[in-house]
Amino acid sequence: MDLTADFFSLFELPRAFRLNVSELDSRFRDVQAQVHPDRFANAPDGERRLSMQWATRVNEAYQTLKKPLGRARYLLELNGHDLQAENNTAMPADFLMEQMEWREAVMEARVGGDHHELEHLHNRLRGDIDSRYDEVGRLLDDKKEFAQATDRVRRLMFLEKLLSEIDDALASLEE
Amino acid sequence: MALFQIAEPGESAAPHEHKLAVGIDLGTTNSLVATVRSGMAVCLADEQGRPLLPSVVRYHADGSTEVGFEAQRNQAVDPRHTIVSVKRFMGRGLKDIAHVESMPYDFVEAPGMVKLRTHAGTKSPVEVSAEILKSLKVRAEAALGGDLVGAVITVPAYFDDAQRQATKDAARLAGLNVLRLLNEPTAAAIAYGLDNAAEGVYAVYDLGGGTFDISILKLTKGVFEVMSTGGDSALGGDDFDHRIYCWAVEQAKLQPLSPEDARLLMMRCREAKEFLTLNPEAPITARLNSGEMVDIKLDVPTFAEITQTLVSKTLQPVKKALRDAGLRVEDVKGVVMVGGATRMPQVQKAVGDFFRQEPLTNLDPDKVVALGAATQANLLAGNKTGKDDWLLLDVIPLSLGLETMGGLTEKVIPRNSTIPTARAQEFTTFKDGQTAMVIQVVQGEREMVADCRSLARFELRGIPPMVAGAARIRVTFQVDADGLLSVAAREQTTGVEASVTVKPSYGLSDDEIAGMLQDSMAHAKDDAMARALREAQVEADRMIEATEAALAEDPHLLNEAETTKITVSIAKLRDAAAGENRRLINIAMDDLGFETQEFAHRRMDQSIKKVLSGRKVDEIKMGEE
Repeated sequence: MDLTADFFSLFELPRAFRLNVSELDSRFRDVQAQVHPDRFANAPDGERRLSMQWATRVNEAYQTLKKPLGRARYLLELNGHDLQAENNTAMPADFLMEQMEWREAVMEARVGGDHHELEHLHNRLRGDIDSRYDEVGRLLDDKKEFAQATDRVRRLMFLEKLLSEIDDALASLEE
Repeated sequence: MALFQIAEPGESAAPHEHKLAVGIDLGTTNSLVATVRSGMAVCLADEQGRPLLPSVVRYHADGSTEVGFEAQRNQAVDPRHTIVSVKRFMGRGLKDIAHVESMPYDFVEAPGMVKLRTHAGTKSPVEVSAEILKSLKVRAEAALGGDLVGAVITVPAYFDDAQRQATKDAARLAGLNVLRLLNEPTAAAIAYGLDNAAEGVYAVYDLGGGTFDISILKLTKGVFEVMSTGGDSALGGDDFDHRIYCWAVEQAKLQPLSPEDARLLMMRCREAKEFLTLNPEAPITARLNSGEMVDIKLDVPTFAEITQTLVSKTLQPVKKALRDAGLRVEDVKGVVMVGGATRMPQVQKAVGDFFRQEPLTNLDPDKVVALGAATQANLLAGNKTGKDDWLLLDVIPLSLGLETMGGLTEKVIPRNSTIPTARAQEFTTFKDGQTAMVIQVVQGEREMVADCRSLARFELRGIPPMVAGAARIRVTFQVDADGLLSVAAREQTTGVEASVTVKPSYGLSDDEIAGMLQDSMAHAKDDAMARALREAQVEADRMIEATEAALAEDPHLLNEAETTKITVSIAKLRDAAAGENRRLINIAMDDLGFETQEFAHRRMDQSIKKVLSGRKVDEIKMGEE
């Protein structure tokens, strides 16, 4: 194992989208407990530096794998599908239409200060997102359909952004 | 609580020698030093038995200083040369400081950080803070009977890079080996968590003399994980004093006050604030030099009314921190109150109402940070108390960003990222043959560079001349476990390591520290040199001890030739450390560091594998139960 090992190998976890998050949590804590700079506070410079590099890497690995979007994007990257490079590809018209409708609904609820409606939109979108992740799991883990998965994940990037906008709107109403 | 059982790197097989380490709470109003003695964290008191050291430094014309109670008593006599609440100036420019008009000091605007002109010369807040730290160091060494191996110094969680760097510089100036800069609320959580064996989500509400922090932590099986943090690094008990002061000036219809009178009245206001913690009404009486007499009474409802905006100002960051953590009020299992200012009844009530539960106040809010810091210092120094072990995962409080076109910021590392953390970013040249570029790093949450705090300008030089857009410069931003930023750069296409001038405007260079040290010592140069030699020797001993322990523990990770090389380097370093040549010691340390690099890698690798395979055994056991 070295600093360049992929994030799944780092935690000795199978390279898969469907992942036991509480298992990841505890492995993260166990590994971090070994490499964290606090274990080397009194060690020579070289070891302190090494420890910082490892702890940084372990944090990055955990942050990437913890959330389904990051995990999916990372798996695609490992399989040679870089979403960043494909950022400018146009989305299908029906998806974009749907997005516009969502956005209008969110804006209306926000302007009207409709807390209840925003909550409702949040829950509906959350449900939609969750079922889309189920599909991504099937595409990535069972069918190995990476090109199709890339398309689904790009849509999820839009949806996650929308969800955080709804949450921001809810937060600003609460203040 | 469930605890880790891991082999501490560098843990000696020999009988354990207790290393002297302390935790220091460098507060706005008061400072404390604590240590772990016989497994218990205790604050170390001065000769009169007082644990608190007022964070007040008075400079005399002969260059001598007075720190603590004596300086505090004399502040109204000599306000211009008696510095109180210096923490508010750490890493701050003049324009960042609130209420400058009511302060008696002779400020000098200096690049990055304001300075103060005193009898004893122009002093930076770093030097003033170093006087406080020195006083605590002397106290600790007298109480513990030996040299300290290191100290954990606490900082408000919401301190930015400039304020943290200034604190670390002050500690170095005071001759302290900084084991870690620790966030104050996190330190408090350690003191509480370990005492109460707590599990779950806790909020730490820390209202100190000059700063406010809120941290949301998750405690699980010996891990303190900070989920989010927020605050205001210029809001604290001092502001409540100031409100009372303004109210008193208005009530007593006073003319503009002299610095001496202002300081006197401010002291009376602070006393009134403290009196109101246990009493319904407090008198404010002062005979001013102007001949005016102040004799008024402040009651609790009036006090609550005139400070209501301050109290509600603390609740905004609380809401934001909860949101950042993705949690609601009902997820919070307990609320820990830290800082003397949380004694104010209106603060306790507001926090209790917000979280819908009685806040925890069973540890002394003045001492809890120092006690937590001492506990952490003990762990970091390598003193194990039984099998107790825990891990702290802290975050950076403010996003780090870069200036892009048009004065906009681009976030590089978002706030609340677990530290240490790093992010690499690629840049390119926009002119043919361009060999240098400037990168502006900012800290803050706003869109515009002008609204964030500028941390540093990094100049990348030595880029090989190429056509515009061809160079690919990879800049890595690293935030270490102290929350401090460093930057490295490399040109990718040619592999040239671009020279980076990392020159934060506020940080002190080693030379400047050395210069200040010399200035501050009676026998200037000799003492500073002697101290540097002594420090190198201590460092060398520590390195030899750690390496020998590692060799004893993991001999199987090295072949014979490698072992020999390391043993030879150890012997050379031991010889060098016995001599008086600091340069030779440093060279020998570098050599040993080089020879053990690969060994360190292998040991790290082994420990990770061990903990992961150990897990599998645990899982099987759990499955059987």
